[in-house]
Amino acid sequence: MPLLEVRDLEKQFGGLKAISHLDFTVPEKIIFSVIGPNGAGKTTLFNLLTNVYRPSAGSIFFQGRDITALPSFRIAGLGITRTFQNLQVFLNMTALENVMVGCHLHSRAGLISAALRLPSVIREEKKVRKGAMDALEFCGLSDVAHVPADALPYGILKKLEIARALAARPRLLLMDEPAAGLNDTETMEMCGLITRICESGITVILVEHNMSLVMEISHHVLVLNYGELLAQGSPYEVQHNPEVIAAYLGEG
Amino acid sequence: MKRLSGYYVFALVTLALPVLFPDNYYVTVVGVTVCTNIVLAVSLNLLMGYAGQISLGHAAFFGLGAYSSAVLTVRYGMNPWLAMTAGTMMVAALSYVLSRPILKLKGHYLAMATLGLGIIVHIFFVQADQLTGGPDGMSGLPALRLFGYPIDSDLKWYWVFSVFMLLSVLFSLNIAKSRAGRALAAVHGSEIAAQMLGVDTAKVKSHVFVFSAVLACITGSLFAHQQDFVSPESFSFFFSIELVTMVVLGGLGSTFGAVIGAVLLSLLPEVLIVFEDFEVLIFGAILMVIMIFLPQGLFVALEQTFFKIVRRKRKEPADAAA
Repeated sequence: MPLLEVRDLEKQFGGLKAISHLDFTVPEKIIFSVIGPNGAGKTTLFNLLTNVYRPSAGSIFFQGRDITALPSFRIAGLGITRTFQNLQVFLNMTALENVMVGCHLHSRAGLISAALRLPSVIREEKKVRKGAMDALEFCGLSDVAHVPADALPYGILKKLEIARALAARPRLLLMDEPAAGLNDTETMEMCGLITRICESGITVILVEHNMSLVMEISHHVLVLNYGELLAQGSPYEVQHNPEVIAAYLGEG
Repeated sequence: MKRLSGYYVFALVTLALPVLFPDNYYVTVVGVTVCTNIVLAVSLNLLMGYAGQISLGHAAFFGLGAYSSAVLTVRYGMNPWLAMTAGTMMVAALSYVLSRPILKLKGHYLAMATLGLGIIVHIFFVQADQLTGGPDGMSGLPALRLFGYPIDSDLKWYWVFSVFMLLSVLFSLNIAKSRAGRALAAVHGSEIAAQMLGVDTAKVKSHVFVFSAVLACITGSLFAHQQDFVSPESFSFFFSIELVTMVVLGGLGSTFGAVIGAVLLSLLPEVLIVFEDFEVLIFGAILMVIMIFLPQGLFVALEQTFFKIVRRKRKEPADAAA
């Protein structure tokens, strides 16, 4: 059974079809990249998978379960989480606290027990702190744990978002342009980080414009153009597909 | 216990004041007002400062607590504690039912909705005169008894209010550094990111709305018994705005910010009385100056200055050694 299955997915904004008749499956424990020219519908696809947008038609199955109409937080609860193209870091917290929010699903304390600071809350808090520190360390961010997020540079925030997502211990991680705006060294680091995430057993769906990064680390590449599936296959196959070349370089 | 060291100092000062100045009007009488405002500001800060959800109708819940105690004890002869419990449960239920539709709104729309709520409740206090006594209000509440002893002096009331206030402040501080508090801050920071991490944002907002309303409601009940009088004036739209001002002035999102805002706004009028006719003008001017020069709020500004000094002090010996 594939981890994720998308069937005949469609999204219309007024008269514009952002995604039309999209079918694909994602097997477990691979890096699955989605590429395409600007406006091809890549971010829209992520928003459909996490139900930020409700699909106009079609359905999405995760581990065989229909998640098309589930609210976002429930989808997260099943094991899908994501990072954002335009950063959505909690700037009102420290780096560590950001990642601790990532542990939300794996802790229970509510408002009342927190107000009374019951012993169970204190124990859980220690566990959460440890889980968050582990995720920070995995992303090489231990040093900045106690720095307020709004004082951190862009490259670090990109990694922080990933650490936060990892703290939620997802089965599937959607990464929206993790290398956008990074310099060469940072991009190299990001490459290594994504590979290590996949090796740790998490399936990654990657949307990225940096082609050398995509071709280097992906196991499977899907090409979107005007919301439609143009081609898919191994990085080599996609790179040598005439239709893909035409879409990227323009016909003629 | 570094986390709560500031709190212990604050608690000690609060509890020492009446021991040091037992018969001082400012401690026992003004002190009760200050404590009332602190609880209200701290509870509003949970909603506004932590979760980022504005409310311009917080006085409504304060008023509902006061009136439910007054009506149930005076009109129906209910035991004061029972009346308080009934009122609290009613407000919890009401705020829960209201929270889901209201908190779907954001920004200005949420402000409008809570404003409407505050005004509707106020109109109810004025208009339902058979029940509430209308604009004249109600008096003659029975004495509140604690362990069989009536709370019948200013000093005793100070103890009741200060203990309740200290508990509320402690709750608020505890929530800040907890899973629930982080979920609230996450809603404030980015609602969509919070959802992607599995936070049920609608539930989190609804819970904090109810918690905040319940704290305000209990304060209202105590206030009604302490004043032995309730009238719609105390729970008007203007009081809601004053509470928002306290929270913003002290520093949005900080419990002690709300405390300082509440203390300042409660004491300033007392101090400014010497200016007689110009009292309100000077009061307004002070608020404007603070907000222009310390937009992040008094407490946050003080805190930052304090840490800057500490860091410089720590650096100096190191530099000297080098």
